[in-house]
Amino acid sequence: MRDFRDPVLFKQLANRLKAFEFEKETKIMEVCGTHTMNIRRYGIHTILPTNLDLLSGPGCPVCVTDNSYIDYAIELARLDDVIITTFGDMMRVPGSYESLEMVHSRGGDVRVVYSPLDSLEIAKDNPDKKVVFLAVGFETTVPTIAATIISAEKLKINNFYILTGHKLIIPAIRALLSAENDISGFILPGHVSAIIGVNAYREVLEHYNVPGVVTGFEPIDILKGIARLVTAIRDGVFILANEYRRVVTDEGNLKALELIDEVFEPEDVAWRGLGTIPLSGLKLRDKYAHRDIRNVVDVTPPPPREHPACRCGDVLQGKLKPDECPLFGNLCTPDNPIGPCMISSEGSCHAYFKYR
Amino acid sequence: MCLGIPMRIVEVDGDVGIVESGGIKRKVGLMLIDGAKVGDWVIVHAGFAIEKIKPEDAMETLKLISEGAASLGDVSSGEEK
Ligand code: SF4
Repeated sequence: MRDFRDPVLFKQLANRLKAFEFEKETKIMEVCGTHTMNIRRYGIHTILPTNLDLLSGPGCPVCVTDNSYIDYAIELARLDDVIITTFGDMMRVPGSYESLEMVHSRGGDVRVVYSPLDSLEIAKDNPDKKVVFLAVGFETTVPTIAATIISAEKLKINNFYILTGHKLIIPAIRALLSAENDISGFILPGHVSAIIGVNAYREVLEHYNVPGVVTGFEPIDILKGIARLVTAIRDGVFILANEYRRVVTDEGNLKALELIDEVFEPEDVAWRGLGTIPLSGLKLRDKYAHRDIRNVVDVTPPPPREHPACRCGDVLQGKLKPDECPLFGNLCTPDNPIGPCMISSEGSCHAYFKYR
Repeated sequence: MCLGIPMRIVEVDGDVGIVESGGIKRKVGLMLIDGAKVGDWVIVHAGFAIEKIKPEDAMETLKLISEGAASLGDVSSGEEK
């Protein structure tokens, strides 16, 4: 743990946590890349109760993105009349054969944007090109894309498209729990929950009788969330609690949810490590299908393949700790990354390496 | 990456606005929140205000952030985005 000079509350919480002891190994999981980072960054993993194991699940959007998606984006980037726009994290992720960064260095037009709205601007400025935004991310990002699609319609910017790669958290939690993972509780994500609301988790968590606590991002927030969760686990009670009331409500952001529902509908999609999960992704509704680049340009990437030694898929399921991968820290580092879990700043391997 | 820092709306122009925090200004979409107005505190993700929060909750978060930063000495990495 780092040198906590002052905060009384932090000490109290840390002591409360340390006083816990589980007789047998107990696993809890967080499913948010920012939690992964901050837990390591603030050394929270070092002050956990005896026998409590805190796993990082599939919370890093870039990491759970299947190679075939990246391969498709790369094929698009090779086309002269296409501009790819993306959040920065996607650039270095290797698909089956290369990364967007590599295509970019050879002249492919790939641009990093901070917001999908920036892509819309690029589309407006380049009317003779097809501008394709790589729509990757969980429910926090989905409504921002939905709003951008609606803006594109309103402004009649007809050369703006997306390559859909969204993922939904509830089906992922269901897949993890139904796979007989012995997870005893979930630290639930902050901003995904701001959109979907606390109640969205109730059905699946109640079904498997696994407690969950929605948690913010500051160290105190995370400690509070973990303390709440381990208390419930020790007492054998089910809770679905909200420790991030500053931002998260029970119902979520209804306006954002309406926008998502207006623009998208669920479909089965493949996740790295977890395979295809029913209704865990989103596709554009018929009304907006003309914005789906797959319906407009036909490219055929070579058959996908995985790096034979990378265990990122197992890491994402909590089956393997990053430092248990034989490549971790020697052949695979943030400067010389092999898999997406090391490349993405939200990836577990990256977080483990950076805050060893 | 989720950034928990609350930002305050300083300009509204239809569906877009400018938010500010600690001297940093950003253009954001306002389509995901109702009745955005100057002075409102919001959480921003991917260039959009995704949730309005109460001023006292914004203050609480800012306090937690500065306490965390002061006590952990970890504002240096400059990796926030
Ligand atoms: S350390 Fe590297 S090779 Fe090993 S699982 Fe993580 S990303 Fe893959």
